[in-house]
Formats: sequence, structure tokens, C-alpha cells
Amino acid sequence: MRRWLFFAPVGLFVVLGGVFLSQLLLGRDPSHIPSALVDRPVPEFVLPGVEGRDGPAGFATADLQGSLSIVNVFASWCVPCLAEHPLISGLSEDGYRVFGINHRDKDAEAAAWLRRHGDPYTGVGADRDARISVEWGVTGVPETFIVDAAGVIRYKHVGPLTPQLLEDEFMPRIRALGG
Amino acid sequence: MRRLAVLLLLLWLPAWPAGAVEPDEVLADPALEDRAREISKELRCVVCQNQSIDDSNAEIARDMRLLVRERLVEGDTDDQVVDFMVARYGEYVRFSPTIRFETLPLWFGPPALVLVVVLAIVMVYRAQQNRSAHEGVRPLSAAERARLDALVEKLGGGEKPRSQGDPP
Repeated sequence: MRRWLFFAPVGLFVVLGGVFLSQLLLGRDPSHIPSALVDRPVPEFVLPGVEGRDGPAGFATADLQGSLSIVNVFASWCVPCLAEHPLISGLSEDGYRVFGINHRDKDAEAAAWLRRHGDPYTGVGADRDARISVEWGVTGVPETFIVDAAGVIRYKHVGPLTPQLLEDEFMPRIRALGG
Repeated sequence: MRRLAVLLLLLWLPAWPAGAVEPDEVLADPALEDRAREISKELRCVVCQNQSIDDSNAEIARDMRLLVRERLVEGDTDDQVVDFMVARYGEYVRFSPTIRFETLPLWFGPPALVLVVVLAIVMVYRAQQNRSAHEGVRPLSAAERARLDALVEKLGGGEKPRSQGDPP
């Protein structure tokens, strides 16, 4: 009994140290929030188009059915969005349907941004007050979703895409979904 | 006295709960607004981790506050509003998560830890008491008894030793 008590602090230290070490080594980001919407149908919404943008108008829930699509939440004022833009454009060039939710932006500025940096989107919805972004559980820009042909959200990434992320996380999922 | 009162008032003022709710968000119906404030205090701002949307100045917190009010105006109950947010942002948005298997450690971890500590203290205390109780009644050995007798003899044959306060 006494011996057990003597070693208790050491045991406690080893257990706590193990917990901290595993948290440290796993490299889990504590600010990452698991999405509640993965494996759920996309929310009901209708988004108007961005005024001044050439091409088709906005998009709605029905547009995300029939074939696989990628939904990218972006804004002209968002620098990481610009950084990931070539990758989004690349997905579009590879033949995937990419929709954009223009998050809390001014239409004129969004249209100018798309003219300047290229417009890979099949449809862009203007979410001026971020009301629909909340429906999508968006916490900030950029965010990118993979939506399967049945209109179910299969994957969500918070933050800008990187070539490595695209290769390791996105493409395997897209291929598995037959996109 | 008046100074003290002023000082106390000044110390207390910053502690007054100052929400981030802006005047243009406030509902006309005070009863609904009260409910909105109560719900807002229970919802976590999803980009600031440890602030409620009632406290946070983040834009998304404002959007969520407005949405809470929008749902209330449409006639949702408090629970429906919270469920609406949980459906979009997950269990994470609740400051007091529902009791489920995954949330058991959250709810019962801290009390269990306190219980363990209290038990440990009681055990150590008992062990110590046991030890001192045994040691307290241990009779003097023959050698100790002899030494004590010798000392008493030397001091004056059982006479009470004078203490310093006594008159000579």
C-alpha cells in the first residue's frame, strides 16, 4: 500500500506525459472542428449570380445533383483564396464541375477579381451576407467541399488547398466517387 | 467612504457583462431579445473557440446572432434554434454538450478526478494517523526508563524544575 503511493506520482507523470506527447506527435490542430455536414445532403439554398460576371448566373441545391461537383467558398478580399486559385482552376481544366460561393463580397470586386485571375467556376453564387455560408457550416474562407452525384457532401477542407493536399486528400476521394 | 464607493463602482463596472450585440441586431420584442441573448450565451463562436457568440465580435458570430434572432422571429423554440446550429456546426457549438457516450469524460471526468484526489488524501491521512497512534503509546524500554530516572535524579530528585517566570 505504502509502496504503491510512493510510485503514484511517477505513474501519473508517465500517463500525463504520454497524453501530451501523443497530442504533440499526432500534430492535430486544436482549432480544427469536425464538420457536422460530411455525409449529409447539401443544404437547401438558392444563390443569385455575381453581378458583372460573365457566364451563367448563380446556383442552387438542384445544380449539385447528377454529377460530382466541387464547391469552393472564396472572396476577392481573401489572400489564401488567391493562393489556391490556380489549383481550383486546374480542377476545372481537368473537367470537374466547380461551383463558387462568393463569401461576404462586393459583386463588382468579385467580378473584377474573376476577370483578373481567371474564372474556373461553372456557377458562382453571391453570398453577400454569408447567410448561405452558415447553412454550409462555413467558418471562414477559403473552404472546399466535395459533393457526390447524389448531392451528398463527402469531404470538407478548411483553409487553402495545396498541391500536396490535392494529391493526398482530394484526388483519391474524387476518384473513389467515380468523378 | 464615498471614495471607497466610487472605487468599488469603478472596479465593478468592467465586470458588467458586455455582450458584442450591436444596436442594429436587437429585436423590437424584449421577450424575444432576452431569449436570443440566453441562446447566444450557450453557443460557441466557431472561430474563436472560447467565446460565446454573445461575447464575440467576429463577423461569423454576428451572422450566427442574426440567424438566432431570425429563427426566433419565425417562431422556433429555444431548443429548435440550438438544434439548427448543431446541425450545421456540430456538437462543438454547444457550450454544454448533451450527455452522450462521447461526452461522458467531459461531464464526469473532473468530478471523478476530484473524487480520486479526495480518496488519496483520506488514505494518506489515515495511514499517517495509524502510524502516529502506534508510536504514541509505545512504552519506554528499560534503558530509556533508566536514563530518564538518572536525569530526574540529577535535576533534584523529582522536584519540579523551576521555570523562568517564577520568583527566586
